Amino acid sequence: MGSLLRVSAALKQGQITPTELCQKCLSLIKKTKFLNAYITVSEEVALKQAEESEKRYKNGQSLGDLDGIPIAVKDNFSTSGIETTCASNMLKGYVPPYNATVVQKLLDQGALLMGKTNLDEFAMGSGSTDGVFGPVKNPWSYSKQYREKRKQNPHSESGDSDWLITGGSSGGSAAAVSAFTCYAALGSDTGGSTRNPAAHCGLVGFKPSYGLVSRHGLIPLVNSMDVPGILTRCVDDAAMVLGVLAGHDPKDSTTVHDPINKPLVLSSLADVSKLCIGIPKEYLVPELSSEIQSLWSRAADLFESEGAKVIEVSLPHTSYSIVCYHVLCTSEVASNMARFDGLQYGHRCDIDVSTEAMYAATRREGFNDVVRGRILSGNFFLLKENYENYFVKAQKVRRLIANDFVNAFNSGVDVLLTPTTLSEAVPYLEFIKEDNRTRSAQDDIFTQAVNMAGLPAVSIPIALSNQGLPIGLQFIGRAFYDQQLLTVAKWFEKQVQFPVIQLQELMDDCSAILENEKLASVSLKQ
Amino acid sequence: MAAPMLRWGCRGRRWALAWVDGGSCHRRGAPTGSTSNRIRGQSSLAQQPLRTAQKPRKGEHKWAAVVGLEIHAQISSNSKLFSGSQVRFSAPPNSLVSFFDASLPGTLPVLNRRCVEAAVMTGLALNCHINKKSLFDRKHYFYADLPAGYQITQQRLPIAVNGSLTYGISAGKERGQVIPKTVRVKQIQLEQDSGKSLHDDLRSQTLVDLNRAGVGLLEVVLEPDLSCGEEAATAVRELQLILQALGTSQANMADYEIQRQISELENGGEILNETRSFHEKLGCTVSMRDKEAKQDYRFMPEPNLPPLLLYDATSLPTDADPQQVINIDQIREMLPELPSVTRERLVQQYGMLPEHSFTLLNEVGLLEFFQNVIKETRAEPKKVTSWVLNIFLGYLKQENLAVSESPVTPSALAELLDLLDSRTISSSAAKQAGVQWCDLSSLQPLPPGFKRSASQVFEELWKREGKTPGQIVSEKQLELMQDRGALEQFCYSVMKDHPQVVMDVKKGNPRAINKLIGLVRKATLNRADPAMIKEILEKQLSL
Repeated sequence: MGSLLRVSAALKQGQITPTELCQKCLSLIKKTKFLNAYITVSEEVALKQAEESEKRYKNGQSLGDLDGIPIAVKDNFSTSGIETTCASNMLKGYVPPYNATVVQKLLDQGALLMGKTNLDEFAMGSGSTDGVFGPVKNPWSYSKQYREKRKQNPHSESGDSDWLITGGSSGGSAAAVSAFTCYAALGSDTGGSTRNPAAHCGLVGFKPSYGLVSRHGLIPLVNSMDVPGILTRCVDDAAMVLGVLAGHDPKDSTTVHDPINKPLVLSSLADVSKLCIGIPKEYLVPELSSEIQSLWSRAADLFESEGAKVIEVSLPHTSYSIVCYHVLCTSEVASNMARFDGLQYGHRCDIDVSTEAMYAATRREGFNDVVRGRILSGNFFLLKENYENYFVKAQKVRRLIANDFVNAFNSGVDVLLTPTTLSEAVPYLEFIKEDNRTRSAQDDIFTQAVNMAGLPAVSIPIALSNQGLPIGLQFIGRAFYDQQLLTVAKWFEKQVQFPVIQLQELMDDCSAILENEKLASVSLKQ
Repeated sequence: MAAPMLRWGCRGRRWALAWVDGGSCHRRGAPTGSTSNRIRGQSSLAQQPLRTAQKPRKGEHKWAAVVGLEIHAQISSNSKLFSGSQVRFSAPPNSLVSFFDASLPGTLPVLNRRCVEAAVMTGLALNCHINKKSLFDRKHYFYADLPAGYQITQQRLPIAVNGSLTYGISAGKERGQVIPKTVRVKQIQLEQDSGKSLHDDLRSQTLVDLNRAGVGLLEVVLEPDLSCGEEAATAVRELQLILQALGTSQANMADYEIQRQISELENGGEILNETRSFHEKLGCTVSMRDKEAKQDYRFMPEPNLPPLLLYDATSLPTDADPQQVINIDQIREMLPELPSVTRERLVQQYGMLPEHSFTLLNEVGLLEFFQNVIKETRAEPKKVTSWVLNIFLGYLKQENLAVSESPVTPSALAELLDLLDSRTISSSAAKQAGVQWCDLSSLQPLPPGFKRSASQVFEELWKREGKTPGQIVSEKQLELMQDRGALEQFCYSVMKDHPQVVMDVKKGNPRAINKLIGLVRKATLNRADPAMIKEILEKQLSL
């Protein structure tokens, strides 16, 4: 086990073959099925890819670091011949005829596609709880670290009912990497959807600069903010995958030409004395858990003690981010979802009174409440009479938010350091007490503004909370300074030595958990 | 529920093309004609302010029709506006559909360079200001042949603005005069075409063909400077000629389309500020918008396309990749001769009347035909003009043929004119025909006395038997009688057979000689030169 680059070295040295590695991951996928991380497991595809990879290794024609490495892809990236659902009834049974550019790039490097991971429907959510295939369970719920802390707490309930959410919307990808069923996974990040579950699952969650990585084939949430995200166990792995994914794509006009050098290998920072770390004062909000607040300040101290300059900066328009995002996001959603009319692909209702009635019923049946709610709001904001008052104003605010960052970086700051989330992962039962909209508004608070500005950002696990759950901090860089950002993150990662998730018990117990679930379902039927 | 009628046959694609029921038969936006070039007219009655300072008294108002037009012309390009699919007419349904055209989720638009160049070129030809930065927008509406639920267009900042189009209106007694008029061009925008819906009323379902979906259109918006249907039709015709000269659009709108639009505009003249469109089946105009619900297109910037930036010689970055930038000045240099310039040149070079130059350009291929004849014949340009515009065009019109379908080639007509020129055949027929030349706009049937040698040759040529004029002349013995002795013999015989007429001539009746000439011509099957006959008769009668 361990990092992608380590297992890659093992493959190169012949200590393990791609097929063995693939089978190991497939068996873990089966063992951890109850996590609900995967919507589709592409076992046959993966084994065939492993076989081909094995041939290449035997012939000394390995394609590189990713050859033979099991990966997973969020189920909102198009995969040729493999169902792509966006966790929605609307796309159940939809099999794209093409691969997303990022998927194709991974496959071209010999990666093994283990499957498609779970998410909130159309990536609208922050818990990975609102998909049609049910919620994703956080592997840390079953970790030794968390369980031992819970035993110490007399109030905690026993059993499985108190499992934690992964965060989202790329929760399936996070759970898949966290539970060792693959070595890297693609998420998507529109307002924090990669960084948020990374923080909750103890992973590195990287959102590249907008325009660095192709969105072609990513089923859009908000085109102007969506970025494919990378979830890995360490920063070097993320950098390696970024090196493969980055670059201009003729199929995506918003990608830029030659922004970074490839392959992307991060140097190890010897010292940070030339660095200036900015701490945005607006990110210190009352809702922030005291534990995360103190870890944040300890991280700042760590930089300072190692010689970096740490200064407080102001991002004055931060508080408008959520409402601004709401207008822009729902407007684009209303537009992007217009194509799902039941005519060409995906779900279609049985009503055939008229075309309009068919559209209406199809969309009512195909989308959940969250999606329908956003479509409704978005269409409202785009109405001729509202456009100036909402959409145009929100665009102006977006510009102000982006300028906040520009000003901070122009004042000499290299990288901003912030929390990723308000708290550690919460139990599902607690999470669903609030509705999706409230949750999204709360949970995206530290991550969303970055998408407005198109900046690169990465969540790095720093430590376990008192409850034994992972906590992440976020670094934000200048646009297209992704490499610099990851270099700083790598230094930080080395300093904090975040513990590995201990799932041994889970692996042993999971058969028991599975049995319990089976019994439960059987009794329900009776 | 009927089964889907059409499916994409490719293996592995489960997204099938589907039907929709025929519940809604009239649609939004432009009327869908059989061609891809559509015109939308907005006509209204406007009060012309006569004296702005005074409050007008009742009865002082002068009402004038105001016609504005939106013209959709399909861009001539190999591939679609935002995808690599081919653009081809009459291909099997749904055979030219990329994943983007079908709006598969996750696909993104990629702008076609050729379409941008066509728009810039058209903008320059219409004296527009070319915006160095233009933007794309989404225009939303649900319709079965609009698979994305929106059309990508340029609503906020189009590629070209503030131009003008000059056209000529026939006037004067014989409508032979051409008066120049100008209509302002508000803007030119790039946009996608939609697919095509085929309604099957029997089965109450609709079939969708997406071959046309995503094809690049130029929408040319004209300000309401046109005062009647005729002006509108003439302006549209001029625009069509310009687009064809530029090669930016085939602009192959059928005549009936223009005719249809004229009547639409004239009907529309009675309705205030209502956009109406022509309904093909009903044969009248219908309101384009639902009466119940006013369409709100919910325009929004297209987030997947960065602003379209154009450069000129001064703003072009030195390190720019020529494949990635468009230089307006370079396109300006590539502009071909525009119709107005061509017409001026024809008038000066060949001494033809302005209205003749209009006719030459208005018929597709006629100018080229004319120029090819000119190249190959010794005949005077004026004579060529007459023959091409009257006889040749007359034959075409009579049989409703296009120039390209003509059985007579430019070379054949050139040879015929050479024969005329060298007086090998009679020119009288051509002269008679000349009576009709002054009225070129209305094409008359051939004159009754025309069936003489030259026209006979022409008729023979028209039969597509593959013979040259020279061959026809010798086979049918149509050449002028050059043999004076033989002609003298004919004259002698005629005089002998008609002693009464000879007496009349001798008595001094001046018209009697013409009768004799006529009789001799008849006897020679019109192959004799009347001047020569007259001379011989006079000699024989010792007049």
